[in-house]
Amino acid sequence: MSYSANQLKNGLKVIIDGDPCAMQQVEFVKPGKGQAFTRVKMRNLLTGRVWERTFKSNESLEAADVVERDMEYLYTDGEMFHFMVPVTFEQYAVELSAVGDNVKWLKDNTQCIITLWNDRAIVVTPPNFVELEVAETDPGLKGDTAQGGSKPATLSTGAVVRVPLFIEQGEILKIDTRTGDYVSRA
Amino acid sequence: MQENQWRPSASIETLKLRAAMFAKIRQFFAERAVLEVDVPVLSQKAVSDPFIDAMDVSYRHYPEDASQQYYLQSSPEYAMKRLLAAGSGCIYQMGKVFRNGEAGRKHNPEFTMLEWYRVGFDERGLMDEVAALVSAVTDIKAFRRVSYQQVFKDYLAVDINCASDRELAEIMCRQIEVSGDYDRDGWLNLLMSHCIEPKLQGAVFIYSYPASHAALARVKEDRHGNAVAARFELFIDGVELANGYHELTDSKEQLRRFEKDQRQRKALNFPTRPLETRLVSALEHGLPDCAGVALGVDRLLMLALTKSSISEVLPFDFTRA
Repeated sequence: MSYSANQLKNGLKVIIDGDPCAMQQVEFVKPGKGQAFTRVKMRNLLTGRVWERTFKSNESLEAADVVERDMEYLYTDGEMFHFMVPVTFEQYAVELSAVGDNVKWLKDNTQCIITLWNDRAIVVTPPNFVELEVAETDPGLKGDTAQGGSKPATLSTGAVVRVPLFIEQGEILKIDTRTGDYVSRA
Repeated sequence: MQENQWRPSASIETLKLRAAMFAKIRQFFAERAVLEVDVPVLSQKAVSDPFIDAMDVSYRHYPEDASQQYYLQSSPEYAMKRLLAAGSGCIYQMGKVFRNGEAGRKHNPEFTMLEWYRVGFDERGLMDEVAALVSAVTDIKAFRRVSYQQVFKDYLAVDINCASDRELAEIMCRQIEVSGDYDRDGWLNLLMSHCIEPKLQGAVFIYSYPASHAALARVKEDRHGNAVAARFELFIDGVELANGYHELTDSKEQLRRFEKDQRQRKALNFPTRPLETRLVSALEHGLPDCAGVALGVDRLLMLALTKSSISEVLPFDFTRA
């Protein structure tokens, strides 16, 4: 299947130079007397690169078979990360390159969104908020619950986040995975 | 979503403001004794510009007859100039025009165009009148004027009179990836539409286009001796709003430009359409010295009401038409 450039719209996935890309911003550009273009801001789903390209409206682009599925994180064997579709019990082995930085939010049974391209997992998106235990941090300061100031804390998954001074080892924290910020005690 | 498809794309409140704008525009021309005309929307001939695609319509003498091709007009320009040559004096038209394939946030394939011609004006005098019209019907009161050459210096730090085609291509590709190759005019158009227009703040007239972008404007020399088109465009907050010319009156040159457009269409594998030879005849008879401009009324309303999409100012946009 293919699209002509003037059929492009936000969210559509196409193949550009061999890679699957998602359209993020699509604008039809047509000066009164000039040629028509479709100007697109796109994200390469393999590399994460975001860039702009402009297409002539008669250019044709191959559609990318990209779907997103909810899956549960099971475990890692040290090389691959294993996920399961809860309803069907289908399992997918995902490479570290697809998990990327988000590896630091993965705890057993975490519900993630897996982006599949031709049934191969290419992106792992963790939930916006995760709850993780503090594995290590400096001792809390008593009576300091109101004041500002922060310190690093290492979570059970290995992620390091800035937390308030009163947080103790062993506490469960709510973290925003999009920013990597501490939100609250869970 | 589906069950809402019967609804207008503009609010009723907006449609009242739309009607009020139409009334103010007509009043503006009534005060200046410019005659309102309504030339045909459907014609046997079509626009020659390679990058404007006319919609074709079938006419039949009776239902099972072989059809004759007619074209919905993309602008009333040719017919209005035939009226001018016949002695109409200053005229304006506000009505629907049609362009294939032009749908987007700032485009609707059917839109309302205001076009007017002033006998005895040149492009500078007409820019003054465009500014007067826009400030009479909106709150936009300040207008800047900058030449095509200067705007490339200001926004891209390049002198188009010195830069090679390759340099223009490089400037473009540094900002946005482009597939395919273009000629000089193609690169200039890409830079203008992708890298300059979106940055134009407020109301800006750009004048003295390169001679190769003359369309139906006459070509003259600027003060540096460069051949430039007596053409201007008005942009408001990066939106192309109006395009005007000190009109070409030379019938032989008009025919040459038509034929050049037709050759370009063939080279691009675009459909060729019957040329408006009656305009050439009208120019042979004599078009008075005049300047003319076309202005997108829907866009003007969109800007005046700070709407982000043209569909918000149309009773029914193309998807609901």
